[in-house]
Amino acid sequence: MRKYWVIQRKSFSYLIDKKTTLAILILALAAFISMLVSIGVGELYIAPFEVLTALFGSGLEMNQLIITEFRLPRVLVAFIAGASLALSGAILQGVIRNPLASPDMIGITGGAGFAAVAFLTMFSDDSNNLLLSINYLPLFAFAGATIVAFLIYGLAWKDGVTPIRLILIGIGLMALFQALTTLMMLMGPIYRASQATVWLTGTVYGTSWKEVKAMLPWFLGMLPILIFLVRRLNIQGFGDDLTTGAGISVHRERFMLLMVCTALAGSAVAFAGAMGFVGLIGPHIARRITGSSFGGLFPASALIGGIMVVLADLAGRTLFSPLEVPAGVFTAAIGAPYFIYLLFKNQ
Amino acid sequence: MNGILQGNKIRTAALILGVFISLIAMVLSVVLGYTDTSLSMAIEAYTAFNGSNEHLIIHLSRVPRALVGMAVGISLGIAGVLMQALTRNPIASPDIFGVNAGAGFFIVFGVTFLGITSIQQFMWIGFLGAAVASSLAYALGSAGRGGLTPVKLTLAGAVMAALFASLTQGMLVTNEKALDEVLFWLAGSVEGRKLSMLAEVMPALLIAWIVSILLSRQLNAFALGEDVAVSLGQKTVIFKFAAALMVVLLAGGSVAIAGPISFIGIVVPHFARYLVGSDHRWIVPFSALTGGIMLVLADIGARFIIMPEEAPVGVVTALLGTPFFIYIVRKGIFHR
Repeated sequence: MRKYWVIQRKSFSYLIDKKTTLAILILALAAFISMLVSIGVGELYIAPFEVLTALFGSGLEMNQLIITEFRLPRVLVAFIAGASLALSGAILQGVIRNPLASPDMIGITGGAGFAAVAFLTMFSDDSNNLLLSINYLPLFAFAGATIVAFLIYGLAWKDGVTPIRLILIGIGLMALFQALTTLMMLMGPIYRASQATVWLTGTVYGTSWKEVKAMLPWFLGMLPILIFLVRRLNIQGFGDDLTTGAGISVHRERFMLLMVCTALAGSAVAFAGAMGFVGLIGPHIARRITGSSFGGLFPASALIGGIMVVLADLAGRTLFSPLEVPAGVFTAAIGAPYFIYLLFKNQ
Repeated sequence: MNGILQGNKIRTAALILGVFISLIAMVLSVVLGYTDTSLSMAIEAYTAFNGSNEHLIIHLSRVPRALVGMAVGISLGIAGVLMQALTRNPIASPDIFGVNAGAGFFIVFGVTFLGITSIQQFMWIGFLGAAVASSLAYALGSAGRGGLTPVKLTLAGAVMAALFASLTQGMLVTNEKALDEVLFWLAGSVEGRKLSMLAEVMPALLIAWIVSILLSRQLNAFALGEDVAVSLGQKTVIFKFAAALMVVLLAGGSVAIAGPISFIGIVVPHFARYLVGSDHRWIVPFSALTGGIMLVLADIGARFIIMPEEAPVGVVTALLGTPFFIYIVRKGIFHR
């Protein structure tokens, strides 16, 4: 029996590893189950089976209301945010050719964070009222992420952009935006600072269908682009010279990938805050499961990222209840040590 | 590499000039600010103290912050030189490598969970954090194929910085009171520190300054490459350990008093090298002075940019330092 299925068309080609396909199916199942459980657990416990029936439109009316109006959108936002961040990290690690890269490391998240905190402090008056609707916050965050991405790219440009310059400039800009974020928090009232910290940590508290509707197009819109970029990203791993030799315009491609990466990270951060370490860890775990070919890596990363945030949110809601801990605390607190372990183990 | 100052006489003269400039900077720091004061008032405050508002401000606020700024600036400057020489990485510095963030995390942890309040405890916990973060970054940077390379080390440092920053945020999220207490400190500031705080950290810093100057000859040998250093008779393991320990003392001590102040450690050694070339016996003292002067001046600037409020000096150094950092990176330091 052959190990691969081959799909080839003019503009894309896939070698589908059977083992990888199986792994991805299992991950998808795990994602589904974790979402079911997460929907069920809460102030009022609903058994997974009842959740299923409610989702398909039958079962108790109250369960249905709770699930479709409150819990489902929240879980969906968590999943999409996690998947977007992990995908964005996987792309970035491919572009930079370094497994330590991630949107939170090179300032894309930092730019979004700064914009969001600036929004919270500049548009709030002395009695803590926002002068502008909070609905504009995601817009600001997204704009912040995009501006920083262009800044990084522009400043790293010198007869083309090398991965090393990209990441170093990114690290520098991250430090700058962190400082500016702190300045903004100091200038505003402490109430806003506290609100900003929650946002900076990453939380899906209080999300509704509105957020899902806003996020989904970005996520789904990027997927087809990725399908075309996958094999080009695979070849970029061999280095700039070889990629150019294979007839690919390295710089144009790099720019496009960076934009896709920003769009994904930006939309995730805009609605779920600066969820730490998902973009770094998601692709790492995925790589251990599927190997480093991007065809398998992308779906696996997205699923793992989604599961991570869904579970982190579940932990945040239940472990210290009635206190709600932002999901970002868990992704960072568990993700970071795990990441260090991974690196040492691969030594 | 030769600097623009050649010859020992000129360099000595420049060093003396540097001392002079740093004294002027400190005097300016005492005199300038939101409350109008003059030089004669500052002198009177110590010769004929009359209990007026201005005199009190000079006693309790201005003089301490000038001294703290100078001490922290000197320490960060030297820490930057040591780190850049040790790792042969021109953008090495306590903040990029996560040392500041590590110390910051440990201190916030102490404040929120262990209820520590005294600067002495801050200092020890800060040292611990600096040591943990720097050894983690170093181990992480040398893990994997290819061993320790400047780029890997930088990335590992950035990962550590991100890790500690997000953990710090996690702790503050659930505790608004602690946030209020540590927010200003987290941004990096030399304002509102008492002289007694400085006095507690000073012995550690002083020792580190002196040892660093004594180590500067060894830094020259080490800069030639580890193999060369060994063949010149250097015990590189002991040397590296001693230098790393000094980094921890300098960075940890600075963070304990002033919070994480970024970019001084990166920029200053470059400036010193521009002046005196590649001889560490000169780079170390020049970096020390430049660091001190820069931080004191940045602190004066911090009083004016969002008048009548004050910006934390860490923000000012970040604003000034980032363009320079980008310049170094663009100049192409990593040939690969």
